[in-house]
Amino acid sequence: MAEPYRGCVDCDIHPSVPSIKALLPYMPDFWHDTVVQRGIKALDTISYPQNAPISGRPDWRVEGRKTASSVEDVQQQLLDAWGADYAICNPLYGVQALLNVDMGAAFAQAVNDWLVKEWLDRDERLRASIVIPMQAPDLAVEEINRCAKDPRFVQVLMLVNGEMPLGRRFYWPIYATAERHGLPVGIHAGSSYHHPVTPVGWPSYYTEDYLAQSQAFQSQLASLICEGVFTKYPALHVVLMESGFTWLPSFLWRLDKVWRGLRMEVPWVHALPSEIVRKNVRLTLQPIDAPPTAEQLNRVMDQLESDRLLLFSTDYPHWHFDGTAAMPEGLSPELARRILVDNPRATYSRLGGQA
Amino acid sequence: MNVQTQVRRAGAASTKIAIADCDIHPCVGSPRELDPYLAKRWQQEFATFGSRFRHAFSGGPQYPKGQPDAHRRDARPPSGAKGGSDLGFMREQHLIPNDVRLGILNPLSPSGQGFQNPEFSAAYCTAMNDWQKYNWAEKEPRLKASVLVPYEDGAASAAEIRRRAGDPAFVQVLLLSRSAEPLGQRRYWPIYEAAAECGLPVAVHAFGYGGTPITGGGWPSYYIEEVSGHAQCCQALLTSMVIEGIFERFPGLKVVMVEAGFAWLPPLAWRMDKHWMRLRQETPHLKRKPSECIRDHVWIATQPMEEPDRPEFLRDTFEWIGWDRLLFATDYPHWDFDDPAQAIRIKLSPEERLGLFYNNAAELYGQPLQ
Amino acid sequence: MQKHVVATVGDIPPGQRKLVTVKGREIVVFNSGGEFFGLFNRCPHQGGRLCEGVLIGLVESDEPGQYAYSRRGEILRCPWHGWEFDIRTGQSWCEPERIRARPYDVEVEPGTHLVKGPYVAEAVDVTVEEEYVVVNL
Repeated sequence: MAEPYRGCVDCDIHPSVPSIKALLPYMPDFWHDTVVQRGIKALDTISYPQNAPISGRPDWRVEGRKTASSVEDVQQQLLDAWGADYAICNPLYGVQALLNVDMGAAFAQAVNDWLVKEWLDRDERLRASIVIPMQAPDLAVEEINRCAKDPRFVQVLMLVNGEMPLGRRFYWPIYATAERHGLPVGIHAGSSYHHPVTPVGWPSYYTEDYLAQSQAFQSQLASLICEGVFTKYPALHVVLMESGFTWLPSFLWRLDKVWRGLRMEVPWVHALPSEIVRKNVRLTLQPIDAPPTAEQLNRVMDQLESDRLLLFSTDYPHWHFDGTAAMPEGLSPELARRILVDNPRATYSRLGGQA
Repeated sequence: MNVQTQVRRAGAASTKIAIADCDIHPCVGSPRELDPYLAKRWQQEFATFGSRFRHAFSGGPQYPKGQPDAHRRDARPPSGAKGGSDLGFMREQHLIPNDVRLGILNPLSPSGQGFQNPEFSAAYCTAMNDWQKYNWAEKEPRLKASVLVPYEDGAASAAEIRRRAGDPAFVQVLLLSRSAEPLGQRRYWPIYEAAAECGLPVAVHAFGYGGTPITGGGWPSYYIEEVSGHAQCCQALLTSMVIEGIFERFPGLKVVMVEAGFAWLPPLAWRMDKHWMRLRQETPHLKRKPSECIRDHVWIATQPMEEPDRPEFLRDTFEWIGWDRLLFATDYPHWDFDDPAQAIRIKLSPEERLGLFYNNAAELYGQPLQ
Repeated sequence: MQKHVVATVGDIPPGQRKLVTVKGREIVVFNSGGEFFGLFNRCPHQGGRLCEGVLIGLVESDEPGQYAYSRRGEILRCPWHGWEFDIRTGQSWCEPERIRARPYDVEVEPGTHLVKGPYVAEAVDVTVEEEYVVVNL
């Protein structure tokens, strides 16, 4: 079974914080006592209700513990079973949603330290994104500088829906710091919920929330481009994670078109948006959000006009496919290898680094 | 040596047919034009307090436009009046040369829609509906009006729809995309109920004044992002409509998406099918896949035309949406106008051309086919 | 090439333009700071009438938030979709160098970030002879 995945890089997995208690050993006394005496129970967000079908594939759920909360489960279900060389951990825990920025920073630091001790130290294949309090870029910069010393941190993690669109100058200290360290910025589905989660207001259903993530990626990508983040930080790479990608061609046709007529509003954008994306942006594979036929999916992949864009991911433990059917059908071996191995290794230059 | 890219577009230009233009924007030349239709109390309201939307500016949009009034610069009549305000000039510049046999009027701000004061909104919408009927539709048989409704007030909207039903001047109901809540939600259901009952499609046009940032992560800085952002808004509102089950509840309802482009629609439908299926437990009221709801109930206008650098990608998109669901629109007199002779860069078969440029709209709006 | 007298110098004061027809084709002639330029009156994008467009300057930027504005009155924005054309050459400013195979010889003007692209609004050779504006076509 392990072929063709043997040697792959899984660019999006989600070890879960088993409970807030697990973070307490990694918090300074003041925050430790704050959590305990104020009764702060959990920071899991509504982005992934624990028992919702998407949140955990049935065969990856284990009786008596949170899905993906144990290293042994992840090793057995994923790393050993799939033969991955590396898997990049993107912990999803609501530190970015806290309005008290100091508390957000404290929790970010605790999650990162917990991840190192409980995960990275226990399996050489694991790598991680640095969780940052993106709501406070100055504090986020401190956390990036702190964690970047450990070469097993290969990326900076942000959520797609923050305080303001991600291209805005408010966030630039984060991009400057990431670029300086040679770290891609990974933007993952999810929200701080400081604004209605869809661009037309608060939805009624979780289904809508999850579906709205692809629109969020479109707007945030537009922001990164139009605000000139890639002009200011030309060496910065951005990875969109759990974003889907079949929306990308149509989105780029439109943004290219409007830019031709409105270039003068954003004169620091020096190239077609689609060219900027092909150079500086990558997307993880799952969920594929595929059309009904393999032929149509291949057509969409042609429309991407680049074989460098996609990075293999399972999005473990989220349920997007069954068994090991993670890759699109009918890809050439060359393209499959690009997605599984070459593109991730080209994007994450730190992958080989050991503690 | 630079070679001019003067691509001869064989599609629409080769055999001219009369077209349907599913998005024309007439506008009031001066507020006085509305006086015959608007009670004195509201004339004074407008003069004293203005229109008041959910953004800062008393005159002008939240994001300053790229061209004055967002119009093409040549749309100003020789009289100096506002573009789109002069029927004679519209005939001369657009309706006649482009052989528009059917033109759908979608008046935009100020139309009453989005006014903060709900009573004022309703009164102004009614007045604008009278204005469309008497100043436009009854003077020019090619043109058909949209029932403007104060959509944040479902009951008042339903009443206005029923008032206009049966009047051949009106062929659809008009909403704006950026409402206070996503358009599938219950507060808007009376609109769909009335529209379906009266046999009127509901058109949703880009823009609006709901007050929500145009992204789920807050307010972008630039007009270019607002323009691009309409596609994301329409994806979200269509998601809301489908997931809330308005097509199950109002099986006769037809929805038209206007001025947000169209190439985003197939990938949206694929994504919706996938995740709705996984999360089905949450929406027991839905009996069909989202893509089927969309196929059965949604039409989409072609403006702004998509311009992939490889034109064959455009054909893919048209096929994936369905040739019978595409409605040509120019957006006259706006700057991102699609010229019917130029806008489509692929060869269309005569059947495809006739459907896209005319018959799909004629069938939808109950007009004779060509 | 033939010479066609289309106006006197006095007909087109600085900052103004005149739409003329030569050999059945519409040409818009601009006076920018005393120099004359001509463009065929048709945007290569979708055919908008360039004579209706507004003249602005060229805005360039090395960095977000910076606006370097020069050549006021020498860039024409198409009255429809707003594409920018250099009235001196007809060159558009919106279509930069393509990474894939280019069918055109595209030059990069030294010292600018903007690469001239393949969309050209046909420029027309305009000269002044005594007090006459002459289109050479």
